[in-house]
Amino acid sequence: MRSILPILTVVAAILALWYAATIQMNRAWTEDRAARAGVELSFTELVADTMSQSRPRLPAPHQVVVELWDSTVVEEMTGRRGWWSTGTLSNRSLIHHGWITLSATFLGFAIGTGLGFVLAIGIVHNRAMDASVMPWAIASQTIPIIALAPMIIVVLNSMGIAGLLPKAIIAAYLSFFPVVVGMVKGLRAPDAMQLDQMKTWNASGWETFAKLRLPSSMPYLFASMKIGIAAALVGTIVGELPVQQGGLGVRLLSGSYYGQTVQIWSALFAAAILAAVLVGIISLIQRVTLKRMGMAQ
Amino acid sequence: MKQADAPVIDAQGLNLIFQTADGPVHALKDVDLSIRKGEFVSFIGPSGCGKTTFLRVIADLEQPTAGTITVNGMSPEAARKARAYGYVFQAAGLYPWRTIEGNIRLPLEIMGFSRAEQAERAQRVLELVDLAGFGRKFPWQLSGGMQQRASIARALAFDADILLMDEPFGALDEIVRDHLNEQLLELWKRTEKTIGFVTHSIPEAVYLSTRIVVMSPRPGRISDIIDSPLPRERPLDIRDSPEFIEVAHRVREGLRAGHVDD
Repeated sequence: MRSILPILTVVAAILALWYAATIQMNRAWTEDRAARAGVELSFTELVADTMSQSRPRLPAPHQVVVELWDSTVVEEMTGRRGWWSTGTLSNRSLIHHGWITLSATFLGFAIGTGLGFVLAIGIVHNRAMDASVMPWAIASQTIPIIALAPMIIVVLNSMGIAGLLPKAIIAAYLSFFPVVVGMVKGLRAPDAMQLDQMKTWNASGWETFAKLRLPSSMPYLFASMKIGIAAALVGTIVGELPVQQGGLGVRLLSGSYYGQTVQIWSALFAAAILAAVLVGIISLIQRVTLKRMGMAQ
Repeated sequence: MKQADAPVIDAQGLNLIFQTADGPVHALKDVDLSIRKGEFVSFIGPSGCGKTTFLRVIADLEQPTAGTITVNGMSPEAARKARAYGYVFQAAGLYPWRTIEGNIRLPLEIMGFSRAEQAERAQRVLELVDLAGFGRKFPWQLSGGMQQRASIARALAFDADILLMDEPFGALDEIVRDHLNEQLLELWKRTEKTIGFVTHSIPEAVYLSTRIVVMSPRPGRISDIIDSPLPRERPLDIRDSPEFIEVAHRVREGLRAGHVDD
């Protein structure tokens, strides 16, 4: 509980700054309108107006929270297309769009982690792969994903692949990299003495891998997976932009088309909350696994 | 006659030259040494004298560039594959994700012992190193001395006749070290292993060994071989006896002679 106070302090500071910025950024529009109507505004009226505009430059925190609530619980429970009245999720709710994003994130993360794992094993055990794969992996990450995503979508679409998979592949493209880097380091964590020891027991390559390298790499794997799953989420959102079939990315884009800043911010926060939950789940698995392995003291 | 007298380890004209970025390093030069069954041979010398390298050649972890060496009458590689030796490294090297018993089972798993036999052997060697009852602990729950004992137990678990130890107590404090030396002698007497032991410490070498090989650096070579006149039965206070002091003196002289070259 000792750690809660500093966190609350930081949150309070951010909120204060945010409200101050809200007043500053939205006042021009309020003053302009007041001037045209020939009304003189008091300071409190000014402040109240900057925080209740329907399309503010910067929505106030409470507006974002209300929008998050409205576009999840309220929409599903009372909306015409909501889950309560139709039994299916409303296509206007963040739960619906969040789930679209989440499913592609999971699939992409699974593909990316698997690919990263396989590449790392290859790099550690094969000299040719050691020399050749890593430069390409690094080069792949220097290309802006926003430029690459539409091309991946188009190419896969021409091959008849559409729907979940193209987005997942973009997510995998971002998430395999931290796993490769972390696992290569992890699989090489055993020192020369430990490898010599295996040799004195005449252990095969497979036994050295399964009994020494793989368990040694576990802490590295989890650290990489935390970065990987957050990257997969970003990749999915970027992948959703050209596809236009739902997801938090689409909410962001449509929000910006129609100047719905509150919608943009609430979608942003939904993505951030999702990322935090995903990383939290990996942390939990990490804690349980390392504890069972006796590596968490 | 023939069997009993055949040396367990026999090196003739052994040379090893490492090719490094700074040019060749002559790690072992013309090393001739035979070790008979049941001997406790210590290798002592300053760093760079090749004592660890020689142990590693016996263990097939390094390949000599010239000369011959046999272990149990075989090449070191064949001997390693026949599990002729257990090797104890400077650090205990226990896997943190395995319990003490799990660590001792590790070589047994690799060598394909049945589960029942793994458990039985683990129990036996844990008792041998005085760690009965600690099998379920994790390494971090044990002191450094206990960890090193566990690593000795692990090297003993598969019944190799030869025990190769590379400064196993080097990182431990004097008091723990004395205690472990006493235990090691006890263990040697009970198991009748042939032991090759690398150390930096003169008292440790004299106290433990039946034979002391003094080595000197650049190039790494044997400068003296001392047969210990001490009896096999050695209480700790034998270190105050005149015989002990005399052997220690001769070792010191040998080490000093090796340094004249520098």
